[in-house]
Parts: sequence; structure tokens; C-alpha cells
Amino acid sequence: MTLEALGELLTSIWTIWAILVFAGIAFWAWRPKNRRRFEKDARIPLNDE
Amino acid sequence: MSSQAVLNTGRPSAPRYVEDVIRAAVVLSMFWGVVAFLAGVVIAAQLVWPQLSFDSEYLTFGRLRPLHTSAAIFAFGGTALIGTAFHVVQRTCRARLFGGAPLGWFVLLGYQFFIVTAAAGYLLGITQSKEYAEPEWFVDLWLTIVWVAYLVAYLGTVLKREEPHIYVANWFYLAFIITIAGLHIVNNMAIPVSITGSKSYGVWSGVQDAMIQWWYGHNAVGFFLTAAFLGMMYYYIPKAANRPVYSYRLSIVHFWSLVFMYIWAGPHHLHYTSLPDWAQTLGMVFSVMLWMPSWGGMINGLMTLSGAWDKLRTDPGLRFSVTAVGFYGMATFEGPVMSIKAVNSLSHYTDWTIGHVHSGALGWVAFIVFGTLYYMVPKMWNRPAMWSTRLIGWHYWIATIGIVLYITAMWVSGIMQGLMWRAYDELGFLQYSFVETVAAMQPFYFIRFLGGVCFLTGGLLMAYNMWRTIRSEAEVVSARPHPALAA
Repeated sequence: MTLEALGELLTSIWTIWAILVFAGIAFWAWRPKNRRRFEKDARIPLNDE
Repeated sequence: MSSQAVLNTGRPSAPRYVEDVIRAAVVLSMFWGVVAFLAGVVIAAQLVWPQLSFDSEYLTFGRLRPLHTSAAIFAFGGTALIGTAFHVVQRTCRARLFGGAPLGWFVLLGYQFFIVTAAAGYLLGITQSKEYAEPEWFVDLWLTIVWVAYLVAYLGTVLKREEPHIYVANWFYLAFIITIAGLHIVNNMAIPVSITGSKSYGVWSGVQDAMIQWWYGHNAVGFFLTAAFLGMMYYYIPKAANRPVYSYRLSIVHFWSLVFMYIWAGPHHLHYTSLPDWAQTLGMVFSVMLWMPSWGGMINGLMTLSGAWDKLRTDPGLRFSVTAVGFYGMATFEGPVMSIKAVNSLSHYTDWTIGHVHSGALGWVAFIVFGTLYYMVPKMWNRPAMWSTRLIGWHYWIATIGIVLYITAMWVSGIMQGLMWRAYDELGFLQYSFVETVAAMQPFYFIRFLGGVCFLTGGLLMAYNMWRTIRSEAEVVSARPHPALAA
């Protein structure tokens, strides 16, 4: 495999990887289990003082 | 305030925060704001009355314009960001600034030194001629040192936090600090002609140089002027409205989608150039996709006010912040439209671009800073409120009228300019000479100048109000006893 072909392959893999990571983040954010904790985290600025 | 006094107020294990640096940043930011608005008014006047450069090389438009842009973005905006970043990170992490006051002062004052050396260079004609990256190699090296110290102070504070979760505003600030470091270093790679001279040659050339410059330039917009000020929005709007952000989950998706997409949008600055077509199309597509995170963020900011809209009537400081988010939505709608190649063929190189930049810079960046400073000054100096609430109201309306004058004048002037450039007569000749387009723009340049005068006037009212608030110490302390003394 030439270096150029390898570069192209890695570029494609990177694109898929980035999409998967983003999907994972979105899933984590909207998972019903996490609802409570994010509501709590949103109050961090207001808890001070 | 001593740590003893803090403990006496009954706060659970309240750590002592570094606050002097933040107070200094607030005042310096206000100072640079007035300088930047004044420089803007001067160069706007020069475009109406060219004789205002007085035949002096130091006062030509070409040297004063980077002075204006750097004063606005780096001095006014950047100093506000350093101050608020230190404020937000300490409060939301419930930890004292890493490196304490010495590191905080080094970052703030080191950054001021960068601003002064860069500005002096512009007036003397020392420039790399790269937009928003004009400072020469020795100034760039100094900024790199200061910026790494900034990152160390910020990240160190996050790492030693007492709060288990890192609040979302910190993600935006951190993305800003890290990305700007990378952009700054790569775009400013240069070899000086001599170690004692100011002149250097960049290591990039041709279309690669152009692409790297606009990868830098557009991400300076994306991470300096957008992400960092969104960090400001996610902390100070909830604080001023006394409500948590509308949706914390949306803020997470907002952050990551913005970060994933912005980095690709730079090529839209190089439509119809020698940049390969695929890269131009890529830049356009990502710019259009940016609509989603931008508007997600706008909705999140605005909806934080739901159920508390009445606060806009009584708190003109908050009105600034909320209007800023509105302008953010408007500018991030206009931007993707202008990145579409067909639209760009009309808008590029015209005043429309200048108008677009200013609806973002005046409407979003300056307004969110005004709102934040109006909230911070009474808080940081322990005053019940700003010296005059009415004056804030006056500032708000004068500045808003200024922005409206500015951007409408530039829309008309820019679209007219673009249409005149592409007009052909029946024989296929260009219908207008360049100088005819310049003459046609003059009335709009005058309206723009008036808009700038309004904005500067508002800034002066704010500076006066801030000065009176800070000076009001004696009477306030006697009227409202210190909690530590009362306890």
C-alpha cells in the first residue's frame, strides 16, 4: 500500500470516527437517564453565592 | 476582602478568588473599547473625507485600519475575555485561579504589552499584512508565551476544581484558548530577516498561504469572536436572569457541533480564487451547516429568559445581552447566505462584507460584553447597582440606532457596489469605471460614519457610568455595612 492510499484510507476512517464520536455525544446528552444530572449541572453558576 | 471576611458570611468552604486581576481587566476592556470605537470613527470619516489623513504616513487609512480592528477584537474583546474567563472558571469550578494572582497578572499585563507593541508597529508600518494577524514575528512570539500562560492558568484551575462537573461555559472558553494557540502558531510561521530587525518572511506561499490565512481568519471568528463569547453568554445570562440555561443538553450538542463544523468553513473566504473548487464547495457546505449549531445556541440563550422576560424592562444590562444573542442569530444567518458561491459572487470584496462583520462585532460581541460588564461592575466592586440605570438605557438605544445605521448603509452600499461592478453595456463593456462606484458609495459612507459616532457616544456614556459607579465607594459602604462587620 502506498503512502497516498494509506492517507486516503485514514482520512475516510477519520470522517467516520468523527461522525461516530458526535453521535455518541448526542446520545449521551439526550439519554433519559442523564436528565436529572444535567438539570443539576445547569444550576452550577447559580449555586455559587 | 480577607479570607476571614469571606468565611464569616457563612458560605461553605468558600475559597478566596483572585479578583483584582478581573477588576483591572474590566476597566482596561472599557478603555480599549473606547479606543477601538474612536479609531473606527476616524477611519470611517477618512473614507468620507480622504483629506483627514493629513498627508501623514502615520495617519493613512492603511495603518489606522488594523489599529481599529485589533483594538476592537484583541484589545477590547480579548481583554474582556481574559477577565471573564478568570471570573467564570473560578466561580464555576469553585477553585482559586491556578498560579494565583501572579500568573493572572502576568497573563493580563503581558497581553496588554502585546496590544501596545502590535499597535505601535502598525502606526510605524511594521506589519505582516495578514488580516487579523498583522503583528510581526517578535510580537507573535511574545503573544505565544502569554497565551501558553493563559492556558496553564485556565486549565490548572479546571483541574483543581471542587465542583465535580465542568460547567459548559468553561468548555467554550477552553476551546477558544486551545484553538487560538494552534491557529496563531501555524499562521504566523515566519523566518525573520535578522534577529535585530522587524521584517520577516512567512514560510507558507501561494494558495497554501491563502488557505492557511483564512483557516486562521475564519476560526478566529469562530473561536475568538463566537465560542469564547458564547462562554460569556452561558454564564452571565443565567446569572443576570437568575435562571439556569434553557437546556443544558442543547448546550452540550451546541458546543460539539460548533467545534466540529467551524474548523472547515474557512475556504468560503476564497471563492472563485485559485483555491481548488472542491475546497471552496467544502467551505460553503460547512458554512451552511453551521446554521444549525448557531441557531441552537441562539435559541438556548434566548429561551433562558422564558418566564423572566419582564426583567428586560427593569434591567437594561440584561437587555444588552439578550439583544446580543438576537444579533448573533442574525449575523449567523447572514454569514451562511453569503458563503453560498452564487451570493458570494455578488457580495465578495464589497461593503456588504464589512456590514456583516459589524453586525457580528457591534451587535453580538460588543453588546454581550456591555451586558456582561454592566453585570460585573456592581458585583466586583460590591455596589448595589450601576451609578445610573437610566444612562444604561440611553446607551442601549443610542448604540442600537448606531448599529442599524451602520449595517443598513453597508447593505445598500455593498449590493450597489457589487451590481455596478458586474454591469455591462450592450457592447459587452463594463458600464461603470471603478471611480464611479467609489463616488456612488460616499453618501452611505457618511451614514456609516454617523452610526459609528452613535456607537462611540454610547461607549463614552458607559465609561462615565462605570467610572461613577467605581468612584461611589464611600457613600455605599456607609449605607450598606459590610457583611463581615455586621456579623
